[in-house]
Amino acid sequence: MATAPTTVASETLTLPGPLQLDCGRQLDRVDVAYEAYGELSPARDNAVFVAHALTGDHYLASPHPITGKPGWWARMVGPGKPIDTNRFYVICANVLGSCMGSTGPASLAPDGKPYGMRFPVITIRDMVRAHVALLDALGIKRLHAVVGGSMGGMQALSLAANFPERASAALVLAATARHSAQNIAFHEVGRQAIMADSAWQDGDYYASGNRPEKGLAVARMAAHITYLSEAGLTGKFGRNLQDRAEKTFGFDADFQVESYLRYQGISFTDRFDANSYLYITRAMDYFDLAEEHGGYLANAFRTTKARFCLVSFDTDWLYPTAESRNIVHALNAAGAPVTFVELSAPYGHDSFLLEVPALDRVVTGFLDQ
Amino acid sequence: MSPALTSLRPDLSVIAQNVEPGARVLDVGCGDGALLAALRDERGCDARGMEIDPANVAECVAKGLPVIQGDADEDLAFYPDASFDYAILSQTLQTTLRPAVILEELLRIGGRAFVSFPNFAHWRVRLSLLFGGRMPVTRLLPVAWYETPNIHHVTVDDFRSLLDERGIAVEKSWFLNGDKQTSAAAANFRAEHAIFLLSKQR
Repeated sequence: MATAPTTVASETLTLPGPLQLDCGRQLDRVDVAYEAYGELSPARDNAVFVAHALTGDHYLASPHPITGKPGWWARMVGPGKPIDTNRFYVICANVLGSCMGSTGPASLAPDGKPYGMRFPVITIRDMVRAHVALLDALGIKRLHAVVGGSMGGMQALSLAANFPERASAALVLAATARHSAQNIAFHEVGRQAIMADSAWQDGDYYASGNRPEKGLAVARMAAHITYLSEAGLTGKFGRNLQDRAEKTFGFDADFQVESYLRYQGISFTDRFDANSYLYITRAMDYFDLAEEHGGYLANAFRTTKARFCLVSFDTDWLYPTAESRNIVHALNAAGAPVTFVELSAPYGHDSFLLEVPALDRVVTGFLDQ
Repeated sequence: MSPALTSLRPDLSVIAQNVEPGARVLDVGCGDGALLAALRDERGCDARGMEIDPANVAECVAKGLPVIQGDADEDLAFYPDASFDYAILSQTLQTTLRPAVILEELLRIGGRAFVSFPNFAHWRVRLSLLFGGRMPVTRLLPVAWYETPNIHHVTVDDFRSLLDERGIAVEKSWFLNGDKQTSAAAANFRAEHAIFLLSKQR
């Protein structure tokens, strides 16, 4: 029965109590914006939580309200698709610190002004705490699965490790258990680009009508390169020139790859808040699941009852296969049932979002159990 | 015996019938997961696998089998001691870089190990080398020397002497000729295929 997914369009839940954060502070009146697809079974046991990546949002399989584009994982989530909304009740929530409806630095603080840099520094585990509070409110004690790619994979790992009774399975795509020096370095370039933009104004730009769009665009451009493979960029653009026959001996976007990156940067600023970018990249840099568990990654999974499936991609140099293997070895040491495969795909880190038929088979098979 | 067990490759069928029901099993080099699926579905085992070929791993995952893409030569070291009741290595020993180390690893991870391999001393192999003067290409060893994954050919007698040297006990053994079981008598000459159930000598 190929019907359109039943959508509860963009609900927002205000958490009933304060959210305790890793930094020691707490946040009152936290909003969590989410979308849900499909029907929750009477036993409430068919829920799949999908966690989104750094610049993602809860528009998982429904059109984005700003860009009008299809949901970011519409190819994976829907009736008859690998995450089948005819079978599963699929939930996706905007992460804490973001800017699409959940509480973040652009939200109003109790004094009625935007938090800006007064927003507390958050962690991946804090995001997961907000997700779990949402599950509590929805009356879902145990997920059939938690699923995520990239930063979504970090959240899936964090949920399985810190709330072991809340998920029967965790599907972790193109992720890592900790940010490497190189990962942190790329994020720092992005943050410095934002903070070097005079329009940033120490993060207090919301009332000025002048946002740090140039800095945010540069941050996005730098990050976007890390999501693609060298071979992918070469195949798509090579050294092709943009709408011209000759180099101009100037600094216009002579090359197609420059024009593409500029477009990626500028269009990103239409839908994303620069301070959110600072806070979420910081949360990713702070992520070290082993450190949270006494320095041994296997300890993170000692009490989990979940099945795990990890997938890496051979052209992903942001979170390469070795990072997934590291997690797999820890899960083995903890005795958890784990599946792992490195898939071959040309698109680099972004492969988990794109057309990779082998991934569809893996997701279908893993969620089917 | 259930049809699912008899439709397995003959050596896998022998292994499946001799694993205790409900056991924890690691199949190293599990291929497309046929044995794992039979162990899970017919014997109620907690059956997990390791496989080097990503296409095979994807097929296993699609069947709902927990399989890790990995290399026996490198990745067995990451399993804790005695984490399984059985470790299985079917038609893989002769492809590994360090077969003796692999045997020790299997018995460290599983209390007992099933190991099966094509017997390089089978009379057809001997005749092929004796009269052909070339590396044998037979039904069980179908690939020429320069392309075969079998880098450590082994005979039944060679294997027994390695077990003696390492203090590994044979609990049981089976020998196949064609798809039929054959006696242990003169197995080194007559068996195309050998299957051993091993444990550490006390």
